[in-house]
Amino acid sequence: MSFLPFAVAAWLFVVGLYGIVSTRNLVCAILSLTVVQSATYVLLLGVGYRTGGQAPIFADIPQVSTAVDPTVQVMVLTDIVIEATVTGLLLALAVQAHKRFGSLDPNELRAVRD
Amino acid sequence: MNRRVRLSLFAVAAAGLSAVLVIGMRGLPAFGDYHGVYGRVINGIGVTARHATDLVTALNFDIRAFDTLGEEFILFGSVLGIALILRELRGEHERLEPHEADEHTFAGASEALQVFGLALVAILLAVGAYIVVHGQLTPGGGFQGGVILATGPLAVFLAGRYLRMRAIAPHSIVELGDAAGAAGYVLVGIGGLVFTGVFLKNFLPFGIPGHLLSAGQMDIASVAVGVEVAGAFLVAWSEFLDQAIVVRARQD
Amino acid sequence: MHIAALPMAVPMLVAPLLVVVRRWSPRIVVDLLATATGVAVVTLCVILVVRSAHHPFAYWMGGWRPGHLVTIGIALDVDPLGAGLAAFAAVLVTAALLYSWRYFEAAGGLYQALMLVFLAAMAGFSLTGDIFDLAVFFELMGAVAYALTAHRNEERGPIQGAINFAISNSIGAYAIFVGIALLYARTGALNMAQIGHALDGHQADPLVLVAMTLLFIGFLTKAAAVPVHFWLADAHAVAPTPVCVLFSGVMVELGLYAVARLYWTIFAGPLGPHAHTLQAILIAFGTVTALWGGIMCFTQRHVKRLLAFSTVSHMGMFLCGVGLLSAGGLGAVATYVVGHGFTKAGLFMLVGVLLHRFGTVDEFDLHGRGRGMRLVGVLFAVGGLLLAAMPGLSTFFGKSLLDGAALEGDYPWLPAVFVFSSVATGGAVLRVGGRVFCGWGATEREDVPEQEHAASEEEDEETESRSHTPPLMVIVPAVLLVAAVVGGLIPGAVPAVEKAAAHLGDHAAYVHWVLRSGPPHYAAVESKHVEDYDYVYAAGAVLGAVAIAALTLFGPPLRRRVPEPLIAAALRALGGLRRLHSGHIGDYIAWWTAGAAVFGGASLVLLR
Repeated sequence: MSFLPFAVAAWLFVVGLYGIVSTRNLVCAILSLTVVQSATYVLLLGVGYRTGGQAPIFADIPQVSTAVDPTVQVMVLTDIVIEATVTGLLLALAVQAHKRFGSLDPNELRAVRD
Repeated sequence: MNRRVRLSLFAVAAAGLSAVLVIGMRGLPAFGDYHGVYGRVINGIGVTARHATDLVTALNFDIRAFDTLGEEFILFGSVLGIALILRELRGEHERLEPHEADEHTFAGASEALQVFGLALVAILLAVGAYIVVHGQLTPGGGFQGGVILATGPLAVFLAGRYLRMRAIAPHSIVELGDAAGAAGYVLVGIGGLVFTGVFLKNFLPFGIPGHLLSAGQMDIASVAVGVEVAGAFLVAWSEFLDQAIVVRARQD
Repeated sequence: MHIAALPMAVPMLVAPLLVVVRRWSPRIVVDLLATATGVAVVTLCVILVVRSAHHPFAYWMGGWRPGHLVTIGIALDVDPLGAGLAAFAAVLVTAALLYSWRYFEAAGGLYQALMLVFLAAMAGFSLTGDIFDLAVFFELMGAVAYALTAHRNEERGPIQGAINFAISNSIGAYAIFVGIALLYARTGALNMAQIGHALDGHQADPLVLVAMTLLFIGFLTKAAAVPVHFWLADAHAVAPTPVCVLFSGVMVELGLYAVARLYWTIFAGPLGPHAHTLQAILIAFGTVTALWGGIMCFTQRHVKRLLAFSTVSHMGMFLCGVGLLSAGGLGAVATYVVGHGFTKAGLFMLVGVLLHRFGTVDEFDLHGRGRGMRLVGVLFAVGGLLLAAMPGLSTFFGKSLLDGAALEGDYPWLPAVFVFSSVATGGAVLRVGGRVFCGWGATEREDVPEQEHAASEEEDEETESRSHTPPLMVIVPAVLLVAAVVGGLIPGAVPAVEKAAAHLGDHAAYVHWVLRSGPPHYAAVESKHVEDYDYVYAAGAVLGAVAIAALTLFGPPLRRRVPEPLIAAALRALGGLRRLHSGHIGDYIAWWTAGAAVFGGASLVLLR
């Protein structure tokens, strides 16, 4: 049971990849990318968790209380910002793709290939 | 590759990758039983060393501030990228249809919604500013507060007045905010270099933990990031909304 | 010492300034500011190289020094190799910005600002000693690169190329984050030296092996190893030429730098006993990449895609060099990367000249049109000879070191792979040069009917063709190519690079100077000499390149001598290979997953 968070992370990673591979819509592919990213959040937060630990905010709890690992939280915060911005970039590209290609189906994007 | 071949290849590959991931993760310490030294040290010394009670912010804006600089510039660069990708093309002529755009109230936007939306602006701006400034004390900080600040002008749009939103948050101002925030953070770092000889080292006096302005450079860094994030998200949203609402016709 | 953070801080300060200033200053001001910043960063990095040459040092951000071998701050580990790479990146960015003065008429201030942020990212990536920081700068490089690829947003190609690039590299980045999480869970550290120290002396268990797999496959995605390389040709075909200069010249190589650094700082300890097997895995990937890239390069008619595949092929060679897991291999790759970077940058810029003048990058459309541009033609031929590693040129020194390292590492067949790559890539460029600048060869490709008319989409980066090429656009690539030609002959240059790279491989010394700030005690590094067989290999490569270029230009009548079924089979195989590069993101990610699974499976099974 204690392996569940990590198994969920692995599942999210692979299912997100499946989403990108199988989708017929670019926006779905972009959102599947965020699913892959969320695997890293679950993994990081799962790694840093300490049973019985509080949030590492010592405003109203004594300094000696058990707290979860703050470093993973900082890493996840950074990752969230990265994901938001890259998703924004990709969605802008999707908007332009729709304008130029008339479709969001990866099969219809044929301007660059061998 | 046709779809069936692609999916078959993926099925086999995914099975392999899942196995690899699970086997690797089996070596992780049991969930809830993590005792890594990094976190323990920070939890132990964070409050006394940085005079801040929110240790996540202390890490973000002081101890690991260089990461945050990179992260902030990812936001800055991506938003510039969005502006670049969605920019007006040569030959496209932006033609605002003032009548429709200003009256762009979606079906069912009642007076009540408009009033509520406009009232929300003040609340959102206040909450956003509060969260930015109290980052070192309670959960929050520049990034979180900055997004809330950005939703202030957005509420004007949601209340049905897009042109009004563009009027109170014009492109040049939000871009200036974005750039100023980004440069501001670098200047905090350079301040550290100038006054203490080390980049991003705190050079401002500490206060009493639990009070505002207690954590030295963290406060300013937080504000810089808040301004930058607000500006960045508004730039991004304006670009997307321009695509959807402002009529852009090719000059034929 | 105080300036260690400035190579990142300075462009990061100027970029927002450019964004603000661009609205009301003339283009020349923006260009000057950007180029001046580039020059400043070059200067800063060169100072860092010199300062760190004898005693590399760690610069702790915010003053958070380690205590009892435990770190909580972020360090820049400034050593000559990292600082040198940062300087190299800065030189290429400055050259690209200078080139863009004349080439890129449509650039508003956003382009220059993004280029400066790109520079900051590459400098940070080369200098950092913290693994999470490495990932952050990796993402920064990526985000800016995706945006720059889509600069010509009115065309279809750039949009699709940018999407494929963004999704592929983001998946790589997420794999890196998972790897970091695994290592953090095991060691409680994010500083590379501390992680390495913590893993030292322990056996490599599955967690460490999987972390290695994910980190390597993530960085190898950036480094365009087969099968995670598909994005590279798409991105290069459509990105603006000065941006391609940076992609092929330094960005891709940085992915490989990360693999090397991670191996030597973190994994060398636990994987030491299994080094031979890991060598085999990496060299297998490298060999396939070199061969695949070479074949795809030679069969392209879209000149930018051709150069992109030549980068893939060379990256395969570099991966083999890093995969040898030896100081000699590292020294060879470092030397070769510099020579290759200048060469590729120069070649892309020359292709930009053609694009600027004639509005097309299709080899057959350009047939004979370059006849009046003699200097450009000569430079192009020089580029081809550089890719074929002609004796005396800097790429030759890199290649001969690589051959030497391969033979030392008991891989006597590797130099043959390197020869194949040099022949294919050099020959392709020579062929293009002959066709475009001398008018040799056929004007239309008769034998491959289903070949789509290349570059029909990405016409020009400006709309009309011109009758005049600004001199700056020829001077900059000329300088770069001259640097590539004479670089290896500067006394002490190559041995210095060898030494810097070899020091990277000294794991114990690294831990010592990062965590304890003590002076490192390096083992002496002996410089390799060029052996006789190197000249043989190189001469063979050059002759081979010239031969196949000539064969394809003048040889079609000879084709009738070759039995038809043989040709048909070869064309079918080639067609299959080319169809894999379909432009469909689903295909690319399926191959990514397969690559990750194969690497992971091989590591888990073979490296116990």
